[in-house]
Order: sequence, then C-alpha cells, then structure tokens
Amino acid sequence: MSTISTNSGTLPPGPDIKPKLSRDDILMRGSMMVIVLYLIVTLALPLYTMLSKSFSTYRMELSQYEFQVSDDAGIFDGTVLTGDALNRQTEVFTDTDLVTGSDGRLPVTGFFPDFSFRSPVMYQIRNTTDTGRFLVGSTLHEGTEWVELDSNTFRRVQLRPVQSRGLGNFVNYFSTPALFNSIKNSLWISVVSTIVTVTLAFWFAYALNRSCMRFKGVFRLIAMAPILVPSLLPGIALVYLFGNQGMLKELLFGASIYGPIGIVIGSVFFTFPHAFLIISTALAISDARLYEAAASLRSTPWRTFWTVTVPGARYGLISAAFVVFNLVITDFGLPKVIGGQFNVLAVDIYKQVIGQQNFEMGAVVSVVLVIPAILAFAIDRMVQSKQVALLSARSVPYQATPNPKADRLFLAYCSLIGLFIVGLLAVCQFAALIKFWPYDLSLSLKNYQFDKMDGGGWGSYFNSIRLALLTAVIGTSVVFFGAYLVEKSKGFRTGRSIFQMFAMLPMAIPGMVLGLSYIFFFNNPSNPLNGIYGTMAILVICTVTHFYTVSHLTAVTALKQMDREFESVSASLKQPTMKLFARVTVPVCLPAVLDISIYLFVNAMTTVSAVVFLYSPKTTLASIAVLNMDDAGDIAPAAAMGMMIFYTNAAARIIHLVASRGILKRTQAWRSR
Amino acid sequence: MLQKTPPGELYLSIQNLWKAFGSFLALKDISLEINEGEFVCFLGPSGCGKTTLLRAIAGLDLQTKGTVMQDGKDVSNLPPSERDFGIVFQSYALFPNLTIEKNIAFGLENSGRSKSEIAVRVNELLHLVGLPDQGKKYPAQLSGGQQQRIALARAIATKPGLLLLDEPLSALDAKVRVHLRHEIKELQRKLGVTTVMVTHDQEEALAMADRIVVMNHGVIEQVGSPTEIYRHPGNLFVADFIGEMNQLQATAGDPQTLELGGSVLKCARHSHQKGSRVIAAVRPDDVIPHGEGARSPDAPDTITTPENAFEVLINEMEFLGSFWRCRLSNKRFGSSELIADFSVNAVRRLELEEGRTMMIELPADRLMAFDLPETGA
Repeated sequence: MSTISTNSGTLPPGPDIKPKLSRDDILMRGSMMVIVLYLIVTLALPLYTMLSKSFSTYRMELSQYEFQVSDDAGIFDGTVLTGDALNRQTEVFTDTDLVTGSDGRLPVTGFFPDFSFRSPVMYQIRNTTDTGRFLVGSTLHEGTEWVELDSNTFRRVQLRPVQSRGLGNFVNYFSTPALFNSIKNSLWISVVSTIVTVTLAFWFAYALNRSCMRFKGVFRLIAMAPILVPSLLPGIALVYLFGNQGMLKELLFGASIYGPIGIVIGSVFFTFPHAFLIISTALAISDARLYEAAASLRSTPWRTFWTVTVPGARYGLISAAFVVFNLVITDFGLPKVIGGQFNVLAVDIYKQVIGQQNFEMGAVVSVVLVIPAILAFAIDRMVQSKQVALLSARSVPYQATPNPKADRLFLAYCSLIGLFIVGLLAVCQFAALIKFWPYDLSLSLKNYQFDKMDGGGWGSYFNSIRLALLTAVIGTSVVFFGAYLVEKSKGFRTGRSIFQMFAMLPMAIPGMVLGLSYIFFFNNPSNPLNGIYGTMAILVICTVTHFYTVSHLTAVTALKQMDREFESVSASLKQPTMKLFARVTVPVCLPAVLDISIYLFVNAMTTVSAVVFLYSPKTTLASIAVLNMDDAGDIAPAAAMGMMIFYTNAAARIIHLVASRGILKRTQAWRSR
Repeated sequence: MLQKTPPGELYLSIQNLWKAFGSFLALKDISLEINEGEFVCFLGPSGCGKTTLLRAIAGLDLQTKGTVMQDGKDVSNLPPSERDFGIVFQSYALFPNLTIEKNIAFGLENSGRSKSEIAVRVNELLHLVGLPDQGKKYPAQLSGGQQQRIALARAIATKPGLLLLDEPLSALDAKVRVHLRHEIKELQRKLGVTTVMVTHDQEEALAMADRIVVMNHGVIEQVGSPTEIYRHPGNLFVADFIGEMNQLQATAGDPQTLELGGSVLKCARHSHQKGSRVIAAVRPDDVIPHGEGARSPDAPDTITTPENAFEVLINEMEFLGSFWRCRLSNKRFGSSELIADFSVNAVRRLELEEGRTMMIELPADRLMAFDLPETGA
C-alpha cells in the first residue's frame, strides 16, 4: 500500500496567509494609485461632468413667478398674476422659446402690452418657489419676497431657467436637421476617406515591402511626412490649389473644394502615414514559406495575391481602416478650414461652444461623436489582439524577387503618391513665401511676421515648443513609470486592471470631446483645480492624457520583452526595485522611451482639437494660430506657421534620430555580440 | 546500501503547505524538512507543483496556507526581500545592460561594503565559477553555460543561507548540461550551502541530489536518496517516472511472491493482499540474460532463483549504442512485451538475434509489486 494518496482533500478551513508587504510593494502600489488618481482627475471626472452636462436641460418655468401692476399713481390693487397666466393671455412666448441653455435669460416686459419705460406705473415681481430665480440688471433674486420696481428698472428684469435632468437636449438635437445632418456627413466623409486611404496605402506599402523598386527609403520618409504637420495644413494647401483663386481650380470642373471633396483629399493626406505604417507592418511579417508553397502548387500571381497576400494582411487592413475612420471622424482642424457649409460633428462641437456658447448642445454632439469613435476603437483593439497571434517565431521573412516591369509600375505609382504629399507641402511653403497671391508673386518673408497677425504671433510658436517639450518629458516619465508599475508589480490585480482600463480609454475619446470636458470640469469655480485653467499646465495635462494610450502601449510592449524574473532576482539580492528600474529597466527600454518622447513631442506640436478650448491669451499655440489666422483670412501666414511646425518636427525627429543613435551606441553596447 | 545521512541540522521546515489558484489546488498539504547543507531536488512532471513550492519557499508567490520556517524563523508571510536566499532561473535573468562584474556586484551594493571590497569579492566569485577573465563582458557575449555560471555567482555573492535553482540547466545543450551539473554539485559541496533545485530531468536529479522529492499533482509521492528512489520506488508513479519500468498485469501472492500469467514468481517483499490485482514491475536493465546451459549447476552464469527464469522469444532488437534493447514475449506477459536492455557483450556472447528464443531471469529482489494506477486521476 502506498502511504501517500495522490488526490487528497480540500483546502483546510481558516484564514489564508496574508502577505506582509515589503517597502517596495507599498511604494509601487502607492505610485500606481497616484497615477490612477491622475487619470481619474484628468480623464474620468471631466468625461463624467460632460456626460451629465449633456443630460442637463434648462427651461423657463413661468408658473414660478407672480407679478403685480400698479395704476398710474403707483397704487397696487392687489391683483396677482402668474407668469403662466400672463403668457396665456398675451401669447408672447411659444413653448420652444421657453427651452433654453444654462445661460438663458427671458425679459418679461412683453407680458404687459402697455409697458413703457417712461410710464409712472410700478411693478412688483416675486418667485413663488425656492427654485425660482430672476435678475434685475445683474443682481440675482431668489426667495419669495415681493420686489417693487419702477418701469425703467422693470425693463431690466430677466427670468432665469430651472435646471432638470432629461433627454431634452438629445430630443432637441435630433429634431434639428441642421445638427443631426452632421452625423450623416461625418460618417459619409469618414467612410469615403477610409476606403481611399486604405486602398492607396495598401499598394504603397505593397510596393515598399514586396517589390524590388528603387528609392524605397525616400518613399518611406515621404510617406511619414504628413505626421509632422497639423491636419489642417493640407486644407490650406488645397485652398491654394483649388480654392476660388486656386492655381488648378479648373481641374474640379466647377465643383467646389470647400466641402466633402476638400475634406476627403485632406484626410487622405493626413491619415496616409497611419494607414501605411499599420499595413506595412502586416505585410512585413508575412511568411515566405506560404509563397513557396503557392509557387510549387503553380498558383498564378493573381491567385496567390488573393489567397496568400490579402488574407495575411487582413488584420492590418481592418485595423488600418478603423484607425483612419477614427482619425477622420474626430478631426476638427481640416473640416474647419476647408469644410465650408458642409457640417461635421467635430466642427459642430466647436460652433456650439465657441460660436453660440451653447455648452449643453456641445456636450450632446460630443456624446454623439464618442459613440462611433469608441466603436471603431473597440473593433480595432479586438483585431489587433488577433494580429499578435498570427506571428510565429518560425516564419521565414519574404524576400522579393526583381520583376522589372512590375517594379517600374510600382515606382510610377509611388512617385504619384509622393508627388501628392510633397506637392501639398510645397504649395504651403510656396504660399508662405510669396507676397500676395495671386496678384504679387514676388518672394518675401512678410508672412512670417506673425506678430502682426491674429493668433498670438511668434509667442505661439515658442509656447508650442514649450508645450511639446514639457509634454515629452512629463508624459514620457508618467507613462513609462505607470506602465512599469502595472506590468511588474505583483498581486493587486484589481488595481492593475483598473489602471489598464484607464490607460486604454484616452484613445477612444476624440480630442474635441476631451477639451470640452476639461472646460466643464476645470472651469468650475468650485473645483479646487480651477487654478490651472488657462495655464500651460492644463495644456500639458490635456495633451499627455490625449496621447496616453499609444505611449502606454509602446511602453508595455517594451516592458513585456524584459525577463519576468528581474524583479525576483533584485528582491532576492535585497536591492530596492527602484534601483533595478533606474539601472536596468530604463536603460534597456531606452529605445522605447525615446520613441514615446518623440511621439508626444510631435503630437503636442500638431494637436489642435483638444487644446482649442483650453488655450488662453498667454498660452496661444502655433497649431491654434494656424487655425485662427486662417479664420481671419490670413491664409498665407497660416501656411507659414504650419510649415514652421513641419520644420520644427522634422528637426526634432532628426535630433531624436541622431541623439538616440548616439545614446544607443553607448548604452546598448550589450546588444551586439 | 549507501544511505547518506543528511549533514547538519534542520534548516528549512515546510508544514502543511497549500496553494490554490482559484479552485485549482497546485499544492496539497505539503510537509517537508530540509537539513543544513543538503542538496535537495524537487522532481516531477510539468505542472506537478514543484516550481510553485520553490516560489513559495522564496516568497515570490505566497502559499495559500501553511508555514515555512527557515533557520528557526517563521518566514511564511515575508516578502522575498526579507528572506535569506539566492536564486537562479532557467532564463538566467542576467541584467543585459550591465557587465558581468556589475551583474555579480548588484547584490553587494548598499550593504556597507566598500568599492574595493566589492571588487575583491567579485573577482573571487569569478574565479570560483571558473570565468576569471570575463568580468568586463556583457552577458550576451557569453555562451549559455557561462551565463548560467554568472547567474550562480550573482546568487551566491551575498552568501545566502539558501540557494534556490529553478530548472537552471534546462535551457542548455545536453553536453554543457552534464558538465555544468557536475560543477554546480562541486560548488555546492565546497560552499556547503543548503540548496533546493527544481528539475523535471530525473537523470539530473539522480546525479546531483542528496535527497530527491518526487512530486505529482501537487503532492509529494516519495522522498529519499537517489538510490532509494531508484531501487525502491514507493509506488508505481515513482517507479515509472524515474528510470524505465516494465509493467505487467499480475496477482499478488504471499508477501514474497506474485503470480504472473499463471506462474508464481518470487519478488521483493510487498504488503498486498493475496489474490489482489497488482502491477509487476521490473527495470529493463535488471533483466538477466542466460545462456543455454544456465540451469545446470556448473554453468558460468547460474540462475539464482529458478522460479523466476523462463524462456522468451526475441521479437525485436534495437541497437542503442552502449546496449541492445530487446522486446521479448512470453505467455506470462499476456499480450504485452517485456523490454530488456542487454549489454553488447552479452548479446555477442549469447548470440542473440531476432526470432530466437533465450533464457532470462527476473531477479527476485528487483521484481516489485505495485497498486494498479488509479483511473481518471
């Protein structure tokens, strides 16, 4: 008989062992909580405030007010009239007049047809409930006391609305065709731009990965160039090319560039690098053995293309499509510049908030915009998680074989795309350097005298650089440290999954929505963080949060490649985890750290959408200046500023490249055997 | 029999240890004592809980219930940084951006040692693991075996009371592995450090350990010296997992006999009830080949236990270098075959070939009776 049974028992009762936390555990959990708190304050709370704002409705409740009118001698006979009754008699206000926003004000003299501000008649007004409020001039009256006023003062009485929660704003939104048409418009241009961009980018990536075409390096560089400029820059170039006084206006055969055509062309320009990168990665990982198998089965190239190439890249294609869709539907700068009368959701938010001061409606449009953005984001995440599973360590990289005819064809195609990208940039640079299009084509630098234009002048440019540097430094530190904590701390599963969720959220939130929610949250005087409103700090925070997700994923990918046991070894050697972090983790992950910082820098330079609601006269930005100068009709200076952003980003990239080569050579010596 | 008495006093004591992952029990009521200076191997198939047990000892993944006492101190709930051990992983986990010297020095810093003291100690350790001139190199510039030695040096740099080795040799080539296991054993003997090694390689465990802890499904199947485990496996799992074992359907007889296919054979002492179904087990290298005249008293290779000797048919022979593996059949084995390993010498001397019959003997003390394996476990 064996004495030890092989499948004994169940866990004995009694409490489980409770781990004693080491100082490092406590430090790491504490730090993680701090970053979670940061994300809650800079992301969750603002979004929540915005959501609740979209459900806030304001209405004039006339039944809450009572009035008395005296005779010419100023004697009141005691007749009390409610606002409701007066409106029924006079029918001054229709029901829709009574629906308003948080800033709504309603004058009341209309209730009294005989009213004249010179008459000696006296008026009394009071609230019947505690919720009633009215203004006399700028003095707010609450409570149910009668207030007696002469005619001249009564003129200045304005009723204030009552807030309630409900779907009123949404009902209002969907019953206003001018507003909800934008949904259709946004979806339409996003779908068209997506189809065009993904198709163009696929063949471009195919040429670069699967042909023996020449100048691949140059084309790769050109394809990435649009990332370095704000999305509205192609809009400016298109105005110069096809606008009312455009150089190539005739090519449109009478159609106007202001509207969907302009938005789609511009969107193709600024989303091209994103689509190209994703598809290129998908094509690069495909397995040569499949092509050998196809060739040995005597498949035609056409059939191989549809049975091997396309299925292999399908996740990349789907992912690229959703990324492009998301970029276009949430973009604000381009449709603002070239959209004309064609309304889209992102611009509607801006118009409602900045143009009409209707914050509730801005919030409603934001909620409407978030839905497709989140859907596209969620599908993209699902697809990407499948893409990983496709990689196998045994794959043999595909080597293209020369095919002179096809290679020439691909070269021609890529040249066309390259011409499109370089062309638009060149037009901008050209426009920036000539005196007065189209009347005086002589060269001058007068368009660079930004201080003479709207938009904050050269100060904006330097503000942008400051913002970009601060975002890069602070953002990289927060993101990388946060990613380290969430990847390498032990136990504490709930905390870590909450962190992961918050880290993924920013990508699904359009910049306009984030910016607007910041107004609601930080511009509230009762918020203790109100002080940062209008400062550089809120711009940095907003930009870091806006671009958190991609940076976080980059950091996580790098950290996952580190040996899982480094922390265990360090603990067994009784060394603090932070020493390991500083001596090993950061140096080993330096390439990723540098990638994150340049990503944040470039995006901080070009972003418009989130910060357009948040800058103050002291913190104007270059990208916003482009927008504002364009708005003011100073298109040439706008182009000049746009190109300044381009050159700055290009320079930053070159410095980043040189610096990281240098640093890597020194710190990554261990990589070479 | 060579029974090594474990040196030293009780150092590590594990009592009633349980580990649950959700509803899955990875360790079930494990109790084990390890003496100072002992080299103990946790051996078992993957998923048996051996690594889980090691990580509980280290405090890397805390047990759900139970206590761990180290050097008289209860360390059950302490984090790794407050325990006293050095650890070596299968992946080496050398810091890739630090030189070999700095890797070894990593644990020596912040401990009140001066720079020159650290340098001396690092140098000493490099000599100890036989890589004196490699200090300035980076890990990637060393071979796998060299990297593992550096990981070992780093783990023992601070002179921990306990050395934990988590499959340290699994990532290495067979030749390097054999060489390095000898070196690790030597080093352990020299330093006298209490060592626990996790491995799934029985050969490694047999070669290195003072004591082997055989685990399966979260429980300890048997604890014993390598020879005990090999010669006297406590149950069929151990018998089958360590070395190779023929398994034949049989019926228990008296305490020293069993019935195999109708014949009664003498076997090692067992405690099975007479008439109960058992598995008769014998290792292929324990089967003794005999020449034709072996039954005569003056034959050079006399049969010791006549009941256990019988004729078999050689179905198949396979040359495996140092020996021949033969598949033998006999009515006693039913439909299964008996595998026997014969030396090249014996095969030549007895002129064995496929299709011939021959005489074999199953030595009584090497023929064991075990419980039937539990089904569905």
